[in-house]
Amino acid sequence: MADIKLTKLNKSYGSVHILKDVDLDIKSGEFIVFVGPSGCGKSTLLRSICGLESITSGTLEIDKAVVNEVPPSKRGIAMVFQSYALYPHMSVFENVGFALENQGLPRAEIKARVEKVAEMLQLTPYLTRLPKALSGGQRQRVAIGRAIVRGAKVFLFDEPLSNLDAALRVQTRMEIARLKRSMPNTTMVYVTHDQVEAMTLADRIVVLQAGKIEQVGAPMDLYKKPANTFVAGFIGSPKMNLINGAYAARLKAHTVGVRPEHFGISAAKGKDKTTIAGKIEYSEVLGSDSFLYVATDHGTVTVREVGSTGFTNGRTVYITPQPENTHRFGEDGKRLG
Amino acid sequence: MFQRIKLEPSRFALHFAVLIIVALWTFPTAGILISSLRDKNQIAVSGWWTALSTSEQRDQARLKGKADQVEKDGTFTISGNLFDGAENKAVISAWGTNVNKPGDNAAGATVDTGDGVMLSVNADGAYAMSSPKAFEDERGRRVFYVSSVPPRFTTENYETVLFSEGIGRSFVNSLTVTIPATIIPILIAAFAAYALAWMKLPGRGFIIAVIVGLLVVPLQMSLIPLLKLYNSTGFLSKTYLGIWLAHTGFGLPFAIYLLRSYIAGLPKDLIESAQVDGANDFKIFRRIILPLSFPALASFAIFQFLWVWNDLLVAMVFLGSEADKKVLTFQLNSLLGSRGGNWEILTASAFITIIVPLAVFFSLQRYFVRGLLAGSVKGG
Repeated sequence: MADIKLTKLNKSYGSVHILKDVDLDIKSGEFIVFVGPSGCGKSTLLRSICGLESITSGTLEIDKAVVNEVPPSKRGIAMVFQSYALYPHMSVFENVGFALENQGLPRAEIKARVEKVAEMLQLTPYLTRLPKALSGGQRQRVAIGRAIVRGAKVFLFDEPLSNLDAALRVQTRMEIARLKRSMPNTTMVYVTHDQVEAMTLADRIVVLQAGKIEQVGAPMDLYKKPANTFVAGFIGSPKMNLINGAYAARLKAHTVGVRPEHFGISAAKGKDKTTIAGKIEYSEVLGSDSFLYVATDHGTVTVREVGSTGFTNGRTVYITPQPENTHRFGEDGKRLG
Repeated sequence: MFQRIKLEPSRFALHFAVLIIVALWTFPTAGILISSLRDKNQIAVSGWWTALSTSEQRDQARLKGKADQVEKDGTFTISGNLFDGAENKAVISAWGTNVNKPGDNAAGATVDTGDGVMLSVNADGAYAMSSPKAFEDERGRRVFYVSSVPPRFTTENYETVLFSEGIGRSFVNSLTVTIPATIIPILIAAFAAYALAWMKLPGRGFIIAVIVGLLVVPLQMSLIPLLKLYNSTGFLSKTYLGIWLAHTGFGLPFAIYLLRSYIAGLPKDLIESAQVDGANDFKIFRRIILPLSFPALASFAIFQFLWVWNDLLVAMVFLGSEADKKVLTFQLNSLLGSRGGNWEILTASAFITIIVPLAVFFSLQRYFVRGLLAGSVKGG
């Protein structure tokens, strides 16, 4: 059991207002991912939950108890830092066992628990090594081991994969997903700016911008029904095309959003009123799919085609959005209908 | 694979400068060491760089007087050895009876010195003087000689200074002053540095500013007020406790400044991670900060140790001149006055004085270099 409830949470450094009235309910056992552009306050929010940053106003409850003033170690949380923060002068064993040592547990019990975790993370052969003698992936596992060994109810991850190379990142991402499955009652909060991590790991994603929550929802909800133009543009790669002006007005909206994969493309002009004519400026052919950048009267539109494309640069094409996947937004950026 | 060594001008200049510094440092040190191990008579006549070669020495000796003459067949003879009673056995190459011409006669030659007195001096110093008449002089005549003395190395200079010139006692006194005067400020400064770097306390910036300000206060300024204070308390004046506290006070601003900048440069994540792991401030300090700051602690220890060991002023003011409290620098200074011409005493004393700083420096120097680089190189 570890519900986390944030109510009207504010954080400011002097006159700089970082987090603005953040309300969030996290259920026990959920995997929550905070995403947002850099400087949006996602790390600050995580550190506030951790207790490393004080809360200026509002309340933070863990298991229905207000923990605003409770020190990090008493909140029943564990944190995996971006830099791993392994103690460089301590062996892997001491690193993992440090929290238990601080709890004053007997040595035999520390040994048993550390060894159990080491086995789970395949760290047993490295227990006597210093962190500097480990590879990046192994260090990452030690950092996770430190969190597991304490039996914390809440795991906090602060961009844990950003120091790994691309191949290792995919592998470690899967390991984290597996770890979550093996600990169904543990709540995990994960901060990243990588939307692939967010989409693949999260039960629910929290999209933040400038200290405010823009939308909270399951990955597919965010993809299919972005609540506003910011989320629409932030989730999905390449970005959703957002078209303003006369074209949007025709669809009775201020802004119309269509993802690149939701366009039909043809060489012949169709009868559909929503069809846009344009010229291919540039194309990226990746094999599994191709991205065409089409210059139209409404700006450059990105279109995705499965496989390689039959269109060459400079060709005039006609693109038509799928009506069921056309998002309409009002003047305030909020979703219509 | 061989890497071609590049001879860049800047590199060359650097190496050249290092070479000069090494030479500037090594030659005098070697000179002191070698001189201190030489025979005191040899120091007086030749430089330490000739220590390994046989030296030529001019000296004089007096023959025995009339009391020792032996008569045989009407010839009176006085015989003996010029080196009787001398420590050094030299080899005489030439000799003479005139002070201006000590090299007149080759060793082994027999010479008529006038009035039928025949004198012969052998290379090993054995002489024989014979005369048909009895010798009348109470005191024997003087003989001047040129001798070559083989090099002689000895530790007796060290024995002399350690046991009869008070250097041994002063050595112990200096250690008694220096060791606590190094450890006490490190202990205090490490705690202060952690608090000033990582603990949220009101007025932290102000305290740091004051400490930086204290760095530039000259020590001399505080001598008189401090001495007055010590004298009014009574139990601190002219005691070891008093000088430990004085050195601690003088060393603390620099210690806190150096350690604080090092400790503040440790990764923030480590300290936060330890907080999340449930360590309190004292535990973080003991288990995380202290082990990781060892290079900075060592480099400050070297600074403070050398400064206290070489200090004369503070010791003179706060410890005084009683024999059981004279530190090495003080004793060395006194010897300069009383034994200024005795190079063997001065060089041996000087070398005893630099042995400890040398040992400290060489045992801690790898931390010293790392500590000085700390902050400029990430992860240093």
